Amino acid sequence: MNQTINDIQDEIIDEFSLLGDDMESTIFYIMELGGKMPPLEEKYKTEENIVKGCQSKVWLTTALEDGKVHFMADSNTDITKGLISLLIRLWDRRTPGEILGSDLYFIDRIGMNRVIGSQRSNGFAAMIKKMKLYALGYRQQLEK
Amino acid sequence: MQDTTTSNAPSIDITAVRARFPVLHQQVNGYPLVYFDNAATTQKPQQVIDALTRYYNDYNANIHRGIHTLAEHATADFEATRKAVQAFIHAREAEEIIFTSGTTGGINLVAQTYGRTFLKKGDEVIISTMEHHSNIVPWQLVCEQTGAVLKVIPITTSGELILDEYKKLLSDKTRLVSVVYASNALGTVNPVNTVIRLAHEAGAKVLIDAAQAVVHCPVDVQEMDCDFLVFSGHKLYGPTGMGILYGKRELLEAMPPYQGGGEMISEVTFARTTFNELPYKFEAGTPNIGDVIAMKRALEFVSNLGKPAIAAHEAQLLERITAGLQDIPGIRIIGTAPHKIGVVSFVVEGLHHFDLGMMLDAKGIAIRTGHHCTQPLMDFLGIEGTNRASFAVYNTPEEVDYFLDTVGQIVRKRKK
Repeated sequence: MNQTINDIQDEIIDEFSLLGDDMESTIFYIMELGGKMPPLEEKYKTEENIVKGCQSKVWLTTALEDGKVHFMADSNTDITKGLISLLIRLWDRRTPGEILGSDLYFIDRIGMNRVIGSQRSNGFAAMIKKMKLYALGYRQQLEK
Repeated sequence: MQDTTTSNAPSIDITAVRARFPVLHQQVNGYPLVYFDNAATTQKPQQVIDALTRYYNDYNANIHRGIHTLAEHATADFEATRKAVQAFIHAREAEEIIFTSGTTGGINLVAQTYGRTFLKKGDEVIISTMEHHSNIVPWQLVCEQTGAVLKVIPITTSGELILDEYKKLLSDKTRLVSVVYASNALGTVNPVNTVIRLAHEAGAKVLIDAAQAVVHCPVDVQEMDCDFLVFSGHKLYGPTGMGILYGKRELLEAMPPYQGGGEMISEVTFARTTFNELPYKFEAGTPNIGDVIAMKRALEFVSNLGKPAIAAHEAQLLERITAGLQDIPGIRIIGTAPHKIGVVSFVVEGLHHFDLGMMLDAKGIAIRTGHHCTQPLMDFLGIEGTNRASFAVYNTPEEVDYFLDTVGQIVRKRKK
């Protein structure tokens, strides 16, 4: 993978800038992104893989492959799935160090706080935290 | 059962009504706001906002303790609201009106004073399947504290109480029945008069959660003969952070103070000579003066329009939206009781309520999505949550049509 996390963030910012300030298009675009995400195998949709969100269910599972973190996730709502797909696009198959060292500036830049709102952002923040915790766990595992 | 609608109720000039609600006249995400989240909170008419501003601009003062002019003015207005509430729900005495923080505050007050004092091990408290968490958790807590047992009235899949099952639950062990008058999640109007009568025959007291009903349904506490009744100001076109607990005097007298405010009375001799111990025993600390004062304007707003006229208008909207939703393939209405307030809950096949809610918001439409703080009800119905549209007097048939068009478009687009 040649692109850095920040390269991809800039790419996302560019894509969203095409939508302008239009809430409707933004939401439809996010849902479209969600629709494109491959569904998670049913066996991973367990109680322990659930990330507590506000109104939607999110399942997250990971694996460490060749020193890199592989994220797989799903949600029962398309919007949430779309938001997760952005995180996965940034962080999937990155080293724990890259993930932990990254600053997610794209969230503010694409006006996502406006879309996800203060209530829903709790679920989104929980998702980011959980992904970082996995990365942290893997880093410790790799250091041993 | 009392009827919420009166066929010959005078019609309301909705345009004139809307003009009194500043918040309605705005664009949201580029579309005119359609506010269908009234079961969560209603918007406030200008006179309520003005009363709040006037209080803070002209006569903000702490009440009951001061003898100065501002305190007298504030106290008089504060107590005038108590009288207005008394008239609004037809309580016998103004002292039976306790100001609380809201419906939840009122239920907790009763659970922790009446419940904690009079419930003992093996006693039973009855609630129903369609209760809001606010009318479940306070009883679970007091049952844990006292060893009393919580019993639940089952409902039908259309969202109605099964009265035969309720009768079976009632016994000489039943101390208290606490049920909702109108369901926030389904809109069902419960036959509370029957619920109350049956409970009394079994020797139990009854609390009615009127959070939703108070603005749509007739509430006459003497005629209903309920022992307690609770509601919030903010669902009744009034301010947030204030609510009402009505209780029969003899019960309120028998209950201990809630928050250690009882001793305050003896210190305030000026107040004591003027007022009885009730209701102040339950209003420890500085109350929510401004909001209580402004609440009087909200009650006047409702009374001037007339509850039967408001209910008739909302019933028309309910009929329109129900018929329209039934015409959209893949939509299932949740809560089909024959007697409902202006609330419609529905689910869309293959479209999560979260997604629909967000898409509607993008079109300027505000609805509520989720479990509506009624998780046991959602579990019973086997659903995670619903989309809920709920009406107030300022909503129009045109808004309903725009809503139906928008939902129809979204659903059809999804099907492609």
